[in-house]
Amino acid sequence: MAETADQHGWTDQKLENIVGNLLRTGVSLAALVVFVGGIIYLTRHGREPVNYHVFQGEPTDLKTVPGIIRSALGLHGRGIIQFGLLLLIATPVFRVALSIWGFAAEKDRMYMLFTSIVLIVLLYSLLGSGSAF
Amino acid sequence: MNHLEFTLLVAVGSFVAGLLGSLTGLGGGVVLVPLLTLFFKVDIRYAIGASLVSVIATSSGAAAAYVKEGFSNIRIGMFLEIATTCGALAGAFLASFISTRALAIIFGVMLLYSAYLSRKPRLRAQRNLPEDSLATRLRMNGDFPSEEGGMRHYNVQSVPTGFSLMFGAGALSGLLGIGSGAVKVLAMDQAMKIPFKVSTTTSNFMIGVTAAASAGVYLNRGYIDPGLAMPVMLGVLAGSMLGARILMKAETKILRVVFSVVIAVLGVQMLYKGLTGGI
Repeated sequence: MAETADQHGWTDQKLENIVGNLLRTGVSLAALVVFVGGIIYLTRHGREPVNYHVFQGEPTDLKTVPGIIRSALGLHGRGIIQFGLLLLIATPVFRVALSIWGFAAEKDRMYMLFTSIVLIVLLYSLLGSGSAF
Repeated sequence: MNHLEFTLLVAVGSFVAGLLGSLTGLGGGVVLVPLLTLFFKVDIRYAIGASLVSVIATSSGAAAAYVKEGFSNIRIGMFLEIATTCGALAGAFLASFISTRALAIIFGVMLLYSAYLSRKPRLRAQRNLPEDSLATRLRMNGDFPSEEGGMRHYNVQSVPTGFSLMFGAGALSGLLGIGSGAVKVLAMDQAMKIPFKVSTTTSNFMIGVTAAASAGVYLNRGYIDPGLAMPVMLGVLAGSMLGARILMKAETKILRVVFSVVIAVLGVQMLYKGLTGGI
């Protein structure tokens, strides 16, 4: 069954290396942004008392993609952290998008379709699920 | 307690959870939510949101190392991700209709099951299985570098069963904010008969995508609090990276036993809190 390995092997391996680097970069960048936001947040609010026992939910600024970007650009500590978390959530989404391109290079229509379904679900969750329910 | 003290304590706790999770291969996510709710008195919805974020971080970090080894099967992963992401979306929507007490009870049961599963010896995968027509049409069969040297071929079995179980794994992940590696292993090892190394690496590769599908819903719902998610994510990430480094030389057998006992104790506590309403 060496044919299968030859058929997919080289491109798959090359794609997987790109994917590996993308994941590493995404996670490192997200961690860095979260860390910087955390420092800003703690220097400004570090001495205030904590209350996570009562559930309030986050303000609009911190729960929609445009709101988070606005808050991060305003250099609010919590906004910057949330932007870092957004980068982290986006990393696997990019990975899936990259896989579509990889399957296209292999002319694998079936898997282009499967991967597109996964991408649509992910994008809906991130951008469209706020209005549902 | 002020924010600075809280952040440092949560970061240390998350670091230990990430370290033990990666050393034992049981994942840090399962102990994070009980840790935050039972010891730090955090509302379970915030705890689940923070845990989801850390699951994405560790999965992507580990997958970056795995993909180069050539064990993971990108086609199996992508096909099953249709099931896990849809399940995750369903689980995340469900989470907002379920009471926090019920969430605690489901979590407790899941912890006890994980503890039980981690004590059970793994069945040796059967080799040289016949080709399954659906798996062949989906081009899932593959080869991987075996211990004896050379490539070993494997034929994937029971795709519909595996696919359904993966929907369940995704739903559990979206509901509880965990990677649900235990259910993924059940689906891939036992139903689909995928060799151990391939299933572990492929499932790790899928966990991040699955968690991202529910994290979007949690973010839009306002369940992801930056002040809490920050120390959790950074702590777990640092802990699991250190764990992966020392894993090569550490003897993890005793550690696994200890960690599974910890998981069982936390499971009983979550169940108790859920049933008595102390959450």
